[in-house]
Amino acid sequence: MINSLLRNTLVAAAGCVLLGLAGGVLTHKVAAAGSAQITIQNFDFEPRALTVAPGTEVTWFNGDEEPHNIVNADLGQPRLFRSPGLDGGEKYFFTFDKPGTYRYICSIHPHMEGTIIVKAPG
Amino acid sequence: MDTDQGENRGTSRRALLKCMAWAGTGVVWTVSGGVPRALSIGEAFAAAPDGFTFVQISDTHIGFNKEANPDPNSTMQAALDSFAKLPKRPAMIIHTGDVTHLSKPAEFDTAEQIMKGAKFETHFVPGEHDVIGDDGKQFFARFAKEANPGGWYSFDQGGVHFVGLNNVQNFEKSKAGGFGEDQLEWLEKELKGRGSSTPIVVFTHVPMWPIYPQWGWATEDAPQALSYLKRFGSVTVLNGHIHQIVQKIEGNVTYRTAMSTAFPQPPAGEGPAPGPLKVPADKLRSVIGIREVTVVPAKPAAVTDLALA
Repeated sequence: MINSLLRNTLVAAAGCVLLGLAGGVLTHKVAAAGSAQITIQNFDFEPRALTVAPGTEVTWFNGDEEPHNIVNADLGQPRLFRSPGLDGGEKYFFTFDKPGTYRYICSIHPHMEGTIIVKAPG
Repeated sequence: MDTDQGENRGTSRRALLKCMAWAGTGVVWTVSGGVPRALSIGEAFAAAPDGFTFVQISDTHIGFNKEANPDPNSTMQAALDSFAKLPKRPAMIIHTGDVTHLSKPAEFDTAEQIMKGAKFETHFVPGEHDVIGDDGKQFFARFAKEANPGGWYSFDQGGVHFVGLNNVQNFEKSKAGGFGEDQLEWLEKELKGRGSSTPIVVFTHVPMWPIYPQWGWATEDAPQALSYLKRFGSVTVLNGHIHQIVQKIEGNVTYRTAMSTAFPQPPAGEGPAPGPLKVPADKLRSVIGIREVTVVPAKPAAVTDLALA
């Protein structure tokens, strides 16, 4: 429930970003880059590093039988996202609005690391 | 961090293969001088030692529902029921974490019900599966009310000083198990005034020596904890996490990881990842089980690992 609430809030936030850019040449590209998926397989994020446009909704799909989670882990920074434990076959969504580099781990298996790079296209 | 990997890999593989070879025959493990050896149940019973006896269970993973064990409730129950077959009634239970699989309230409810039915005093430390999403709030409220705010605690029983440590909530920094500065500071103070002849049992979820750091089978700041422990004459470190028996002896410190009551995992580095290891259903109970520990002052603790079947 928290997950879907968060998702709705962030989708709304992404809408604001789009509105803010309305009329600009970027609008189309940002909208086109609306979603991306990361698959968790064999205790690894695939791809480990993903570059997306602001406003992109990223989906993590757990393809393992073992549970994993997705926890933003930029030391010294406030935590921006933290999924519940995802059992095999479950998904988590998060929409990235602000440009930047976001490191994350699976807090159950902290050797699993990934990075989302958010930057405006062009 | 990566010392001794080869040796440990060898030990764990041998242990698992031996255990598999004994599948279905009522295997009882004993560890003497660091070498596991299988005993018949009769032999084990005859050898009931004097001293303070307790049992360790680990990695019950209530909520797990995949092929490797579709019914972890039953195997946890069978583990608790198996105490009745021990030569001596254990004084208490130590649970070394991963009580639940996904930290869900219903999983905690079930685990609590099963434990209550066993009617044994039980001391818990969390595994990383018990602190998902809520920083361990449910776990500590139910299973470790005695713990300090960070989840660590100590107590004395049967002439033994027990220390429960939490090494699953410093993962982001450690990339493996980790205690963190506050806990290490507490441990140093906690042990300072104690006579070095006091037998010490440390229990914590993730192994305290680097079995296989690539899979997170290590505790990053364990060497500092060890520096406070090594002056004691008898230190036994009990862990879970890797769902198999691996041990190491270093001076007066013996390290022992335990079987799960739910499902085995592959030996270090075998296969792509440390997930559940599927064995034929009729073999499962030969690779999961419990551990009996007897502490006699001034000697290494006697450890017997018992498979459920």
